[in-house]
Amino acid sequence: MAHSQQHPIYTQIDEVKQAVSEALSHAKKLGATAAEASMSSTSGLSVSTRMGEVETIEFNQDGGLGVCVYVGNHKGNASTADLSPKAIRAVVEKAVDIAKFTSDDPCNGVADKELLEMSPPDLDLFHPWEVTPEQGVELCIEAEKAALNADERIVNSDGASFASHQGLRVYGNSHGLLAGFPRTRHTLSTMVIGKDGGQMQRDSAYTISRERQGLKSATAIGLEAAQATLSKLNSQKLNTMKTPVIFRADIANSLFGHLVSAIGGGALYRKSSFLLDKLGQQIFNPCVNVLERPHLPKGLASSPFDSEGVKTLDREIIHGGELRTYLLSSYAARRLGMTSTGHAGGIHNWLVQQTHDDLSALLSTMGTGLLVTELMGQGVSTVTGDYSRGASGFWVENGQIQYPVSEITIAGNLADMFKNIQAIGGDIEYRGSVQTGSILIDSMQVAGA
Amino acid sequence: MNSVEQHLLTDSQLDRAQLEQTLSYIHQHKVDYADLYFQSSHHETWVLEDGSVKEGSYNIERGVGVRAVAGDKTGFSYSDAINIEALDKAAMAARSIAQAGEEKKIQVFSEHTVRQQFAPAQPITSMSDAEKINLLREVENAIRELAPDAQQVVSSISAVYEEILIAASDGTFATDIRPLIRLSCSVLLEKNGRRERGSAGGGARLDYGYFKELVEGKPRWLSYAQEAVRQAKVNLEAIDAPAGAMPVVLGAGWPGVLLHEAVGHGLEGDFNRKGASAFSGKVGEKVASNLCTVIDDGTMANRRGSLNVDDEGTPAGYNVLIENGILKGYMQDKLNARLMGVAPTGNGRRESYAHLPMPRMTNTYMLPGADTKADIISSVKKGIYAPNFGGGQVDITSGKFVFSASEAYLIEDGKITQPIKGATLIGNGPDVMNKISMVGNDLELDRGVGVCGKDGQSVPVGVGQPSLKIDEITVGGTA
Repeated sequence: MAHSQQHPIYTQIDEVKQAVSEALSHAKKLGATAAEASMSSTSGLSVSTRMGEVETIEFNQDGGLGVCVYVGNHKGNASTADLSPKAIRAVVEKAVDIAKFTSDDPCNGVADKELLEMSPPDLDLFHPWEVTPEQGVELCIEAEKAALNADERIVNSDGASFASHQGLRVYGNSHGLLAGFPRTRHTLSTMVIGKDGGQMQRDSAYTISRERQGLKSATAIGLEAAQATLSKLNSQKLNTMKTPVIFRADIANSLFGHLVSAIGGGALYRKSSFLLDKLGQQIFNPCVNVLERPHLPKGLASSPFDSEGVKTLDREIIHGGELRTYLLSSYAARRLGMTSTGHAGGIHNWLVQQTHDDLSALLSTMGTGLLVTELMGQGVSTVTGDYSRGASGFWVENGQIQYPVSEITIAGNLADMFKNIQAIGGDIEYRGSVQTGSILIDSMQVAGA
Repeated sequence: MNSVEQHLLTDSQLDRAQLEQTLSYIHQHKVDYADLYFQSSHHETWVLEDGSVKEGSYNIERGVGVRAVAGDKTGFSYSDAINIEALDKAAMAARSIAQAGEEKKIQVFSEHTVRQQFAPAQPITSMSDAEKINLLREVENAIRELAPDAQQVVSSISAVYEEILIAASDGTFATDIRPLIRLSCSVLLEKNGRRERGSAGGGARLDYGYFKELVEGKPRWLSYAQEAVRQAKVNLEAIDAPAGAMPVVLGAGWPGVLLHEAVGHGLEGDFNRKGASAFSGKVGEKVASNLCTVIDDGTMANRRGSLNVDDEGTPAGYNVLIENGILKGYMQDKLNARLMGVAPTGNGRRESYAHLPMPRMTNTYMLPGADTKADIISSVKKGIYAPNFGGGQVDITSGKFVFSASEAYLIEDGKITQPIKGATLIGNGPDVMNKISMVGNDLELDRGVGVCGKDGQSVPVGVGQPSLKIDEITVGGTA
């Protein structure tokens, strides 16, 4: 690794390990038969500017310790943002108290020992940047300026913001696991407002990376935000109709977000998923393949272990449209008579495989239809798969964008939408936990005028 | 000295003189305003799932936020430790927003007696843990009695006990105790292979005894249980919702989320100072049909969105936002009020000491009109009636907003006929407000479960409205 293990964060990790270890032994002393504790802390800087002037400078320092104790099969949880030894002892006591009232549930308990990651690999997630507020402000001003100067129809700004944070995560449990690692995250974004013909529109652009070198240039972000805003001006409503729909890459990951909810252990054992009993079955069009790669170096959703210390593994999530795994924590796995998949706390870098070159290839394949670039609201049910959300984007004819559209909804059922995915672009969006290109669905109901 | 000052200052070896010193130290730089926000909060949750006490959790948060404001610039730092070293360090960081200058004298602290919307209850200890669990068991039993074939029943109870203390360079010195409770339940029903969920709940700034109070002869918790089962049963019979623009009748109470999204956010002072809102520069202009009078009211007794003082120490207000369709004013915190040359309105709120305050809603509702709900429904030839909603979202610049119905029915020839599946409604705030053609005489507030998110900060809010008719809005169904 380029950085040395001499960075002060490693001393801090050792101190936090000590605190976690003390919390665990205090739990044992109070009668807990098993326990786990995790602690995270983040520090850094957030600055924002608006119209070329500083708006806020924030110095961030956030952290918390969460303890989960088991007294036999009874569980108790408590957490604190106050990390003094006194507060830590108090929350452990509170957790043990709570365990007196929770039910005897044989599925409770820390993760099975053989699944734990006892020697986590270094995933290269720590790239500190000793950035000053002035440097952050400079980046913001540059991004905002590029956006404001891009076109005379860009008339106002909602500002630009920059943040650089470094943090650590430590996890320990009564099987003897005690591990921690540092990580960094740097972001720059700007949002501007355009006006034309009495209509005002706003849009934004952002860049995010574990390392300074991974950020796009401030000017590029500004120009992207300006372009996005300008392209929305003079938008129209569409008539109500059924039409093919492309979800542009930057919002297409939301479709897989709904999949994550529906194949998560919690929804399954509660019978609250439209994908109940679908393991090994075809739930997508055969063109859909999704891999999980938890150990991508510098990955935004990379993690050597899940929030219960379970080792994360490369997995096939969807193969040829078939569901290859559920997403299980230890508790959910025991409820379902299965084994934890290392998904307590979420997913780790999903890679959706492309079937087509880029967005323009997808637009040509669609011919005429709707390109959705923005979704609004929460009208999605994991229980039934019913889907109805506000949308805006562009009307497309013969593979060419015609004009912007807004104030419409798109609706359907996720089970059908998944099966009707016709193509996936190579315009991969790398900025989230799901890396996917744009997605073409062959028919959805659009409601408008 | 009250107990809050004792807990947040004295117990940490701090006193008012020390806070004055810290504020004076910040004012050695060219700042217009500085404040210190001390907070301690305790939060508990109990979850009962299918008869088993699944979760119990307890969270403690404590810290201080230090803010310095110069013009429209803000420097901000905070600490999860309350002591003199942490305060000094945060003050040094915060004042770096402005250059050093001649020290300006800060105002002497003065404490005012403000009208109390709620009493300083301690909900967490208002009931024993065993009693809390027993209450959840009663909720589950009631649900299972009404729906013996229920696939799954979850109920949860939670409470927050929060103490805050605000000291500012404009002389503000305020303390408050803010209780907050909530009970929620949900049931999953299955019929012919189809599964649907119904959920309900309520809450207030009171202690847990609230849930056992009788309303029209039955305890509140029982009405939540009955409501959850009723909604699940309705949803099991629902057919596909229509797609397209049509008349929509909204029920009283929670559908007031319409106002929260269509006008509320757009009337927050920060967006309007920046000219970023679809309502910017429109005070005195007609922005809604003349049947609409919209209020943001932090002074309602015991309501979830109510405040005694806001997070800047300003007493909660009753603010008329729109009167007979005319825009009257915006919701303000101190910074935006000063920059816009108006008075703060008691809407300066923050999620915690680790977040900056900004203008936020409290309880937002529309005053009642003259129509009966029956007359409103019978005036619609073909449309939908939506009495219950989930959340919503707004783009304050374009004015486009959505909100999602969780219970709805077709109206055919003036009569409610079939239940339909939930659907998202989308419109443009100013357009939709001008299309409100009938307003009912049945104003209701929601049951007390609302959460509003803005810039990553969540705060509890209330909404309300009478039944009302929108002549045309787009309904996002599939049929």
